[in-house]
Amino acid sequence: MNLRRFALIAVPYIWLLALFLVPFLIVLKISLSDIALARPPYMPQLDLSAGWEGITSFFAALDFENFVFLTTDDLYWRAYLSSLQIAALSTFITLCIGYPIAYGMARAPLEWRATLLMLVILPFWTSFLIRVYAWMGILSNEGLLNQFLMWTGLISAPLTILNTNTAVYIGIVYTYLPFMILPIYAALEKMDESLLEAAEDLGCSRIQAFWLVTIPLSRNGIIAGCFLVFIPAIGEFVIPSLLGGSGTLMIGKVLWEEFFSNRDWPVASAVAIILLLILIIPIILFQRNEQKAREAEG
Amino acid sequence: MRRLTWFNVTSLTLGFAFLYLPMVILILYSFNASKLVTVWAGFSTQWYGELLRNEEFLDAAWVTIKVAVFSSTLATVLGTMAAYVLVRAGRFSGRTLFSGMIYAPLVMPEVITGLSLLLLFIGINLDRGVFTIVLAHTTFSMCYVSVVVSSRLTSFDRSLEEAALDLGCSPFEAFRLVTLPIIAPAVISGWLLAFTLSLDDLVIASFTTGPSATTLPIKIFSAVRLGVSPEINALSTIMIAIVTVGVITASIISKRASVAQQRDEQAAARAT
Repeated sequence: MNLRRFALIAVPYIWLLALFLVPFLIVLKISLSDIALARPPYMPQLDLSAGWEGITSFFAALDFENFVFLTTDDLYWRAYLSSLQIAALSTFITLCIGYPIAYGMARAPLEWRATLLMLVILPFWTSFLIRVYAWMGILSNEGLLNQFLMWTGLISAPLTILNTNTAVYIGIVYTYLPFMILPIYAALEKMDESLLEAAEDLGCSRIQAFWLVTIPLSRNGIIAGCFLVFIPAIGEFVIPSLLGGSGTLMIGKVLWEEFFSNRDWPVASAVAIILLLILIIPIILFQRNEQKAREAEG
Repeated sequence: MRRLTWFNVTSLTLGFAFLYLPMVILILYSFNASKLVTVWAGFSTQWYGELLRNEEFLDAAWVTIKVAVFSSTLATVLGTMAAYVLVRAGRFSGRTLFSGMIYAPLVMPEVITGLSLLLLFIGINLDRGVFTIVLAHTTFSMCYVSVVVSSRLTSFDRSLEEAALDLGCSPFEAFRLVTLPIIAPAVISGWLLAFTLSLDDLVIASFTTGPSATTLPIKIFSAVRLGVSPEINALSTIMIAIVTVGVITASIISKRASVAQQRDEQAAARAT
């Protein structure tokens, strides 16, 4: 092992250890600590000057109290459940909107496709915050959507959309739509269209051919798109705090408030650990799907 | 059977209308004369003028740009190194942990990344400000850079590097003269990605900053919580314009580069 290779590995390795793994271990440790009226506001502190005794008393003082607390206060498990539900339903809506768009793109004339692809990617580069903000002016009581609906005569009084869960769904679907379109488009674009002709020759109607050929062949794209929307949507903070109301419970917002408003660091850390545990399952499933897709190709 | 059916045309039209209409409305209303964002009262550029006179916003913009330039440059260097390690360094002890640490931040909720880094900075008594945001942004964007660069590294012909080594290059020279020019488009798009990630980030910056440094997203977020304002619309319009120009320029450059590369490769193939 020469020195240069060692340095090449060591520099990014140490960076990630110090700024990713160690902070994570600190969160784990604080989630097992007790809240204290001191700075930093938690106990116990690791006291290395006391030698071995300091270390043992440090570990003896750690317990699962915060996690027990999370199960007793129903705010937390309702927030976890409602995050999961909001993420799942908005993933489904995103799929229903994103699939026809990806399909239309994959079937568009070849010379259009690069432009269409660029049009889908462009919003992804523009600020997330701005894209969420754009909806605040549209959805408010005197906003453009209500003005439009009243003008058409569909409604006589403005609908309350902003600061409700409906607005949160709209926000998630809107901001994560490119993540759904891109993998589905990638799968559909590779598809051999003579398969559809074969299916039609063999007596399928166009709709049957779509369900029996196109959908199964774009399965990997659909699964990847769904995970790419579902996983980040669970921990979402910006959308529920700008578009949601006081009744919108999402765990990212709860964690933020626990930390910044209640200044309860141990409980905030415990909330973070449970959130990660919940996310591990979809992340592993997603990885497995990606691996299978790669094997199928290679 | 490339035909445009009415279904495809409708779904594309409606889809892109959904994607772009909110932004078009946002931009239109930044030129509204009225303070009330929902009532159109004629064309005016007064909000741009107010924005340029608002020193808080200008300061925040300056902090944001500083953070984005430093963190994306650092992230590009570290991310390229990490990609090289993942693709080329072969086996070494702790490789699984290393690749895990590269991929984990990509799926980690921002609130957790922010919280954990803040707890670290407090634990080691680091003064929070521009420096800590740079550290935080570098850490998560280097992972994005390394994913972009490593996909380019896996796809290129390794024998080119070996040829350079056979012809007497040192490994570093081979990297600088052969590998780097080939992966350059990926490195540049990695830098751009890191730059925009840093420019956009609200959550991690809010956790890791101190009273001395406020970034533009933090400023926008606290202003927006109070409601819609035409000044924010004007600011958003400027940011959308910068990103649009940037993305279109980048895509033209990368298209030219790939055409030029194809031409070179064809010329090389003819020469042999």
